[in-house]
Amino acid sequence: MSEHRFHSLAETRWRIAVSLTALMVAIYFGFILLIAYDKPLMGRLLTRGLSVGVLLGALVIVLSWVLTWVYVRWANTHYDAGLDEVRRGEAGS
Amino acid sequence: MIALLQATTQQTPTVSTRIGEPNVIAMAFFFAFIAITLGITYWAARRTRTTEEFYAAGRVITPGQNGFALAGDYMSAASFLGIAGLVSTTGFDGLIYSTGWLVGWPVVLFLIAEPLRNLGKYTFADVVAARLRQTPVRIAAALGTLATVSFYLIAQMVGAGGLIRLMFGLSYETAIVIVGAAMMAYVLFGGMIATTWVQIVKAGLLLGGAALLALMVLAKFGMNPLALFAAAADRYGASVLAPGKLVAAPLDAVSLGMALMFGTAGLPHILMRFYTVPDARAARTSVFYATGLIGFFYLMTFVLGFGAMVLVGPDAIKAVDKGGNMAAPLLAEVLGGTPFLGFIAAVAFATILAVVAGLTLSGAAALSHDLWVNVVRHGEADSQEQLRVARFATVALGIVAVLLGILFKGQNVAYMVSLAFAIAASGNFPALVLSILWRRCTTEGIVSSMVIGTVSTLLLIWLSPTIQVDILKNTSAWFPLKNPALVTIPLSFAVGVFVSLATRDDVAAERFAAAHRRMHVGEA
Repeated sequence: MSEHRFHSLAETRWRIAVSLTALMVAIYFGFILLIAYDKPLMGRLLTRGLSVGVLLGALVIVLSWVLTWVYVRWANTHYDAGLDEVRRGEAGS
Repeated sequence: MIALLQATTQQTPTVSTRIGEPNVIAMAFFFAFIAITLGITYWAARRTRTTEEFYAAGRVITPGQNGFALAGDYMSAASFLGIAGLVSTTGFDGLIYSTGWLVGWPVVLFLIAEPLRNLGKYTFADVVAARLRQTPVRIAAALGTLATVSFYLIAQMVGAGGLIRLMFGLSYETAIVIVGAAMMAYVLFGGMIATTWVQIVKAGLLLGGAALLALMVLAKFGMNPLALFAAAADRYGASVLAPGKLVAAPLDAVSLGMALMFGTAGLPHILMRFYTVPDARAARTSVFYATGLIGFFYLMTFVLGFGAMVLVGPDAIKAVDKGGNMAAPLLAEVLGGTPFLGFIAAVAFATILAVVAGLTLSGAAALSHDLWVNVVRHGEADSQEQLRVARFATVALGIVAVLLGILFKGQNVAYMVSLAFAIAASGNFPALVLSILWRRCTTEGIVSSMVIGTVSTLLLIWLSPTIQVDILKNTSAWFPLKNPALVTIPLSFAVGVFVSLATRDDVAAERFAAAHRRMHVGEA
């Protein structure tokens, strides 16, 4: 029981970790590729003083932090609770 | 980028600035910082008796403290002076580095931080060697660590010498010896406890100084960053808000991006910090704090860079230092006069000092914990002997760092730092990921991945246009990319996978289940 619970928990953590990593890679390299291949778009002004490029650059920074927040929130509530269960199962057996 | 730390030697003082003259206030702030950090070192020295305290600060650092310490270890003077300089002289192109320098942190959190804390003791080699044969893995990991640390150290020392000469008027060699001596004192006597608190003080100073400077800039533009960007566009054309020449070659941009993103997760002095907290949960939370602090800092570089562009002017900045490194200090002088210039100059010096201390400690851990204790003595060394060897390694590394700093005077710092990130990304990161995630990996596979990752990176950098054309003045380079990460990261992964599949390591496979459990649950 505890063994099964542990494996599904470990699998869930890696699925989430790898998906979030892939998302981060997509966000950052999306930004770099836009700079490399669509300079006119990045230079377009949205309003006085704000180009698409400056806005997206700031967004990459903010999104990086938001992604760490998403993971830490999930891990601190669901993952840690699951780990406690696994540890209790070990102690009980 | 860090690039710009290549402090140029000749000055043509066309602007009225006191940069380069002995600055009493800078000296006072700087000696106050040295006095406070040596006081911390004295306090820490009395608490450093075991290897656990020397390498891992007794594992009692809180997540908040470690968040600041990670930020302190990571934000070098390059980020502060280099990025501000690049934005002030090129506009948007500089912001590409502000983002690139941050995106490695989520990767550290998702893939590395928790398994590292649960599986290792003092170095990242502990994790890679957890279920493989100790001797070959430790030797290969020490090679990757020392290569990364050396190039990073050279960059910081050369940058420090140039900056201090420019800001305080001291000679290059004097500056390097001061940095080396202070750094050795922290690490030798205070170990990780002193190094951690030096990082925390430095991170506070750097964030506080940058925030104060950014606020003073914004105060001139009605606290509206867009008004500042608009002023820059009005004066120097809308092109300062759009990508320019810096990313003329897309593959170069992607390759540099890969080095930055995956190199962060392979930097030995950053990875070592995760052992200073009590458990995996604290390690996880500390990355969240660090990412927030570092991200906030890089957002401020937008304001500092464009602020210097509008209030000081690109020509005036380049007149003081061709690379643009003096943009932030010049901005401070314009806004707050000589006292504020002195404060910002002292903050920049403190920044370098702290980064150098962290690097030296991780190099000393590789030499003593990985090579001496686990390879030479097969794990049979008592605590006193381990500490003696670690301190001896610290002194040796300190002397080597000073000598390299003097030897490499005038070298291109950019290339040194991108080399450090590329080695970390190709030599250390793939081995860490494969050994953590893949049951089938073997000792031979992991060792080949680390050795080929490190050696191929060194080789391709040697064959790159930066070395062949810019430095050796050849007409062409054999390898087209400035940064080899685009080739060497996949190569290192591929070698690790193919060699593992071609060999058998029954012990490693047998130990996987236990290691996998410990990686999640921690020590029983």
